[in-house]
Amino acid sequence: MLARLLSRAVLPLGITLAFLTAGCSKKENTNEIVIGEVASLTGGTAAWGKAQNDGVKMAVEEINAAGGLLGKKVKLLTEDDQSKNGEAGTVTKKLVSREKVVGMLGEISSSKSLEMAPICQKEGVPMISPGSTNTKVTEVGDFIFRVCFIDPFQGTVMAKFALSKGWKNMAVLTDVKEDYSVGLSQFFKEYYSKNDGKVAVEQSFSKGDKDFKSQLTAIKAANVDAIFLPGYYTEIGLIAKQARELGITVPMCGGDGWDDASLMQVAGSAVDGCFFSNHFSTEDKSQAIQAFVKKYEAARGTKPSTFVALGYDAAMLLFHGIKTAGTTDGKAVRDVLAKTKDFPGITGSITLDEKRNATKAAVILTIDKGEVKYVETVQP
Amino acid sequence: MVYGVLRFINFAHGDVFMLGAFSGVYLNKWLGPALAGLPWGVSLLIILVLSMAICAALGIVIEFLAYRPLRSRPRLNVLITAIGVSLLIEYSGQLIFGATQQPFPQLIPAENLTFTGGLAVTKTQVIVLVTVVALLIGLRFVVMKSRLGLAMRALSLNPTASALMGVNNSVVISFTFGLGSALAAAGGILYASLYPSVEPFMGILPGLKAFIAAVLGGIGNIPGAALGALIIGITETLVGGYSQAVGLPSGYKEGVAFVILILMLLFKPSGLLGKIEREKV
Repeated sequence: MLARLLSRAVLPLGITLAFLTAGCSKKENTNEIVIGEVASLTGGTAAWGKAQNDGVKMAVEEINAAGGLLGKKVKLLTEDDQSKNGEAGTVTKKLVSREKVVGMLGEISSSKSLEMAPICQKEGVPMISPGSTNTKVTEVGDFIFRVCFIDPFQGTVMAKFALSKGWKNMAVLTDVKEDYSVGLSQFFKEYYSKNDGKVAVEQSFSKGDKDFKSQLTAIKAANVDAIFLPGYYTEIGLIAKQARELGITVPMCGGDGWDDASLMQVAGSAVDGCFFSNHFSTEDKSQAIQAFVKKYEAARGTKPSTFVALGYDAAMLLFHGIKTAGTTDGKAVRDVLAKTKDFPGITGSITLDEKRNATKAAVILTIDKGEVKYVETVQP
Repeated sequence: MVYGVLRFINFAHGDVFMLGAFSGVYLNKWLGPALAGLPWGVSLLIILVLSMAICAALGIVIEFLAYRPLRSRPRLNVLITAIGVSLLIEYSGQLIFGATQQPFPQLIPAENLTFTGGLAVTKTQVIVLVTVVALLIGLRFVVMKSRLGLAMRALSLNPTASALMGVNNSVVISFTFGLGSALAAAGGILYASLYPSVEPFMGILPGLKAFIAAVLGGIGNIPGAALGALIIGITETLVGGYSQAVGLPSGYKEGVAFVILILMLLFKPSGLLGKIEREKV
């Protein structure tokens, strides 16, 4: 009660102050719906952050061109977390408490989404992660959603795929600094060892490492059929290259963390014949995907990466939530989002289950002479 | 070396290392057509020498702009400035080169030399090792035999006395920075040849480790620094390779290297090959 009284007294004062300090009253603009986004625009995983930001911006431009939301323009505030663990939480706090955003979009990396989620949950701001696949992200609370599949599914898909390739004896090399990698390895191993696959050797590395030869030497000694490598593209290139230098010729496979063009530039021929699971393929013939690819190519001159599509989907889903709820109230939007069924996204039709995770198909891609090629689609 | 002469840690050293690697990337891009006809050894040498020159100039400029005005001030001021310079270079690098990793050109042709017993060595590793040894011998020669080297040693012993003996301290300090930065650039290019992905923050950890190696070996002592670096490197690799056999994640490899440093400082603060000094920072 006291708090409410205080806020009643303070709020008008605050507004008056804001008007007095002319020009600082940007939040009072009632003709705008302010959406926050956290992306790694600089630093190690900048390629993903930029892709996500591209996708989100595309969605915002489209919705504003179509007249905006609830008769208002959508305004996007993007904050950079510099690819640093710790930074994502700080900028989320800033967006949520100072800018009073009505919805949050971000991050790709699970470790960073896990920093954002508790803040959004506490403040009652719906958050949609475009690409964090670690299960823990949406477990934070009922305001946290995602438009991508989760690691148990992705790990199982790769384990099934490995078994179908006849790889009975595999090595697992995990990035222990990334929740994403740890989760993926865990679910891969579970399914793989239950179905007469044998994990012959397990090794680990830490994000930012440059030399993997000691781990790879141990893997080489184990004489495996293939290596499961669920890391980020920033390290995979060097790992693949050093593996080939050590004379390891077996194929490697991993998850959506492989998705970036710079992997092929760094690794060159070292990743030829490797496989990874992903959210969509630009080679997919479906009309929605082709239209999206064409639109993106016309604007930017390159093919969109997965995270462009996921960023776009996350933003569109949030707009759909606000539009259907008819308000920007966090709780109302959350209730609409929780009921999402067959939402037509670029990366497939999105249905959110009771744990706020998207149930969607995964695609398996292979790398052939530096080109990513589509192999197959795996239904959930 | 810079510590030996000036008594402060140049935190920006790792960033000059990064700039060396990047100048390798850009030199290769710009000079690519001109170098295409030459054998790879010659083009490697040209790129190495050019980026060493670029970074030597940069090192001298950094010293002139950032450290020289503070020379008579307390050492702590210079130390903090060094951190500032380091951050400035890192974030300017991010602005200019972009934040994403870039592939480093293959200056040394990829070729595996295999030996009996499954030992696999690449040509790159051999070339890097040979270049490093050559550079170390060259550095040792400059410091011990040349007149400037003599002046450097005199300056590190006692700046006032060396100035009284007719040594131009400013010139010697500039030379020290130039030499140190040139070596950092060479290090950057060789490092990037081994691990061919370069990004603006690549210099932080190698810079830190270089400092640890120097402390371990005895600060201001060139063979000591090389010995310290070998010990750190071998320990890390062994820990990384075998720690999982005893159930430790490989992330402990750096931890073990740092523990060695702490033990060293506890029991023999002057380093393996260092001389006892009374004055400590």
